[in-house]
Amino acid sequence: MIRLELRGETSRRMVYLSPVFAVILTSIAGIIMFTLLGVDPVKAIITFFIAPLNSIDGLAELFVKATPLVLIAVGLSFGFKANIWNIGAEGQLTIGALAGGGVALLFFNVDTPFLLPAMLIAGVLGGMVWAAIPAILKTRYGTNEILTSLMLTYVGLLVLSYLIHGPWKDPDGQNFPESRLFHDAALIPIIMEETSLHYGWVIALFGVAVAWFVMIRHMIGFQVRVVGLAPMAAKFAGFKEKRTIWLVLMISGGAAGLAGTIEVAGPVGQIIPVISPGYGFTAIIVAFLGRLHPVGCLLAGLLMALTYLGGDNAQIEMNLPNAVTGVFQGMLLFFLLASDVLVRYRPRFGGQRKTIYEVSS
Amino acid sequence: MTDRTPRLELEGVSKEYPGVVANKNVDLKILPGEIHALLGENGAGKSTLVKYIYGVQQADKGVFKWEGQELVVANPKAARKLGIGMVFQHFSLFDALTVEENIAMGISSDLAVKNLNERIREVSRQYGLPLDPERFVHTLSVGERQRIEVVRCLLQSPKLLIMDEPTSVLTPQEVDELFKTLRRLSGEGVSILYISHKLQEIKDLCHVATIMRMGKVVDSCIPSEESPRSMAEMMMGENLVVPEKPKKDAPGLPRLIVKNLSRQSDHQHGVDLKNVDLEVRKGEVIGIAGIAGNGQIELMEVLSGEARVEEVQSVQLGKNDVGNLGPGARRNMGLRFVPEERLGHGAVPEMSLWENTFLSGFETMNLVSRGLINIKESIKFATKIVSNFNVKTPGVEHAANSLSGGNLQKFIFGREILQNPEVIVVLQPTWGVDAGSAAFIRQSLLDLAAEGAAVLVISQDLQELFEVSDRISVICEGRLSPSRHVDEITVEEIGLRMAGIEPEAIVGRATND
Repeated sequence: MIRLELRGETSRRMVYLSPVFAVILTSIAGIIMFTLLGVDPVKAIITFFIAPLNSIDGLAELFVKATPLVLIAVGLSFGFKANIWNIGAEGQLTIGALAGGGVALLFFNVDTPFLLPAMLIAGVLGGMVWAAIPAILKTRYGTNEILTSLMLTYVGLLVLSYLIHGPWKDPDGQNFPESRLFHDAALIPIIMEETSLHYGWVIALFGVAVAWFVMIRHMIGFQVRVVGLAPMAAKFAGFKEKRTIWLVLMISGGAAGLAGTIEVAGPVGQIIPVISPGYGFTAIIVAFLGRLHPVGCLLAGLLMALTYLGGDNAQIEMNLPNAVTGVFQGMLLFFLLASDVLVRYRPRFGGQRKTIYEVSS
Repeated sequence: MTDRTPRLELEGVSKEYPGVVANKNVDLKILPGEIHALLGENGAGKSTLVKYIYGVQQADKGVFKWEGQELVVANPKAARKLGIGMVFQHFSLFDALTVEENIAMGISSDLAVKNLNERIREVSRQYGLPLDPERFVHTLSVGERQRIEVVRCLLQSPKLLIMDEPTSVLTPQEVDELFKTLRRLSGEGVSILYISHKLQEIKDLCHVATIMRMGKVVDSCIPSEESPRSMAEMMMGENLVVPEKPKKDAPGLPRLIVKNLSRQSDHQHGVDLKNVDLEVRKGEVIGIAGIAGNGQIELMEVLSGEARVEEVQSVQLGKNDVGNLGPGARRNMGLRFVPEERLGHGAVPEMSLWENTFLSGFETMNLVSRGLINIKESIKFATKIVSNFNVKTPGVEHAANSLSGGNLQKFIFGREILQNPEVIVVLQPTWGVDAGSAAFIRQSLLDLAAEGAAVLVISQDLQELFEVSDRISVICEGRLSPSRHVDEITVEEIGLRMAGIEPEAIVGRATND
């Protein structure tokens, strides 16, 4: 029999090992699942996890997919550390993409090096505006940010839908619900010729570095950590609760908005009905898988990007349904949460010590 | 007495937690009818031992003999069946239920069925523990709540009653009543294991004391033949330095003024403050006595700035009205404060000591420049605290929760005191702190006042208040009594005020009779 015993203190080793366990368990469960589906599990796993990385193109694609995941996850981890649960990054990404893309459409065919930076800034601001709504509601009326940020996601998607079906529809687009294709000055340049790898990846890496520095060395990071670990101690220090709420929602909203603009100005190159295949939601898994640490988010973002690529690959090569991607992502989060038990508890094998209890009555 | 079979005998009890030896080869013998004190500083292993006796947890090894018979107690239910009752320091009562309902829930089902109401009345009458079974728990005082727990144990006719720090929530008068009951039980042959760190009480009440230190039994004594001081020294294993009040000048100008302060508590079951007036002068120590939960936390919050009030002039620091200012702004005016909870309020448990210097020191000690944390300066400051205040720790990079209660409290006090307070407000400064650290902390408060700071000590520990204070007030139900000089006020008067009775009223009634 296996028992769980409370550890004296949380295990640092397990904090880092638990994501590794999660990946291993997910693979095992995947093998079982493929076997039950009647698919050769070895081939499936290779198609899913290894084949996408076999070429330069594949690696470039991996980084492109990881870019929004990493950016958003790093932003979200500030909020999650402070126990502020912004789960509406998908909506903030959408509005950010509309703001950045809107600038591109507004200055259509204007050829200036300032256009792209202006779009990125607009993207950040757009994400912030969308995150400001839950912030106002929470600080003013004590509304639960989980609900408001989530619901605003659907509002954001409807705004997107309205714009591309109406005012922003490409006049020469044969009535497809898409915007014009952005002109060259509004597109993020490619790093490596012949691949899709663009400078958005560099922005994501830069974001990781900045976030790491802020988390460790800056008062903002300290404040966020104190609020999350010990809210009373934050009060003692005089950190204002409302300020923290605003701060983390602006950071996470801004990061999601930036990721949105990078998507439309990068791989997509126009505004289309589906800007993101759920990056904003997947980034929540990335943030937790990465232990709310910027570098962890980077690694977890790459892993998650791989599940997207692997899913596509499995669909093409083996005729497996696209749902496989979602199943793998779900299993990862599930096994991660399960493995996290080991951070605070240790397993003990063998039965409970025998107890004898006798009282002569 | 020696030829009688002990009611409980423990031999060689050992219990190890990961990294800590909580009990090592503990022997304990309790005779029928004996009131046996278990003495020791925090972390000496008293709680671990008691949990073992009451069946809450098992020991790694050791022999448990009950009335001469060796057995293993699997769980508290089994312990109760043997006749072991326990009154915990923290009560487990439901506020929304009546006394009877609460009692019914905590006893074996065959007792809970019929005429429980009558039995409660009977037991409470028999032992002088007035209790109305139909009252709702939320209408009762802390002393009355404790009676519920005691009555609950007595209903099961225990042979051994374990009491964990029973008097920490009682007024002196209530303590007297409790002791009468305990002596009576002892007379009827009930053994009592009494855990406390209040040495005077142990001297007054207990027949035998077993003293523990670092998980081991180090000594035993007959408390009536010892002095509180000699017992403290046995507990600590070293000589106790009793704080001394330094000679000082007459108090100066008022530094902290509270004027007609009223405030609604925002805690559930909190206490509203009602027209509180208070003045702490430069160089003076004011003590506020009272049973926990009478508005101390609410007062502390409003003084520290963690809670703010509309009437700005109701709290003043020097000449400034600060009622609406936060903790940071008040710190810049020379206020420092030490809250009651060390872990999670005064310090972040998971953060290192040097990071914890930041909580109150980031502005006053210039540990931050342009938003960036100055790690070098912070480590220097933390190291200074550790060496100046004798904090026992392997290093300032260790987490706050790795320190013992006393050491962490010394660290927190050091952090505040080294920031040169003009006014310092402390709540329960030595709660759960070992005797040596407590003496050190009290001394540093006295020294601070001698150097010209205004010191306000809010505490439940009367002995502590008499040791450090110049004047003492009492808080009850959110009302603060006018302060009186320590030489003028008596323990009896404080006790009555703690229970919400005006001493004049008592005198008046006495003359009317």
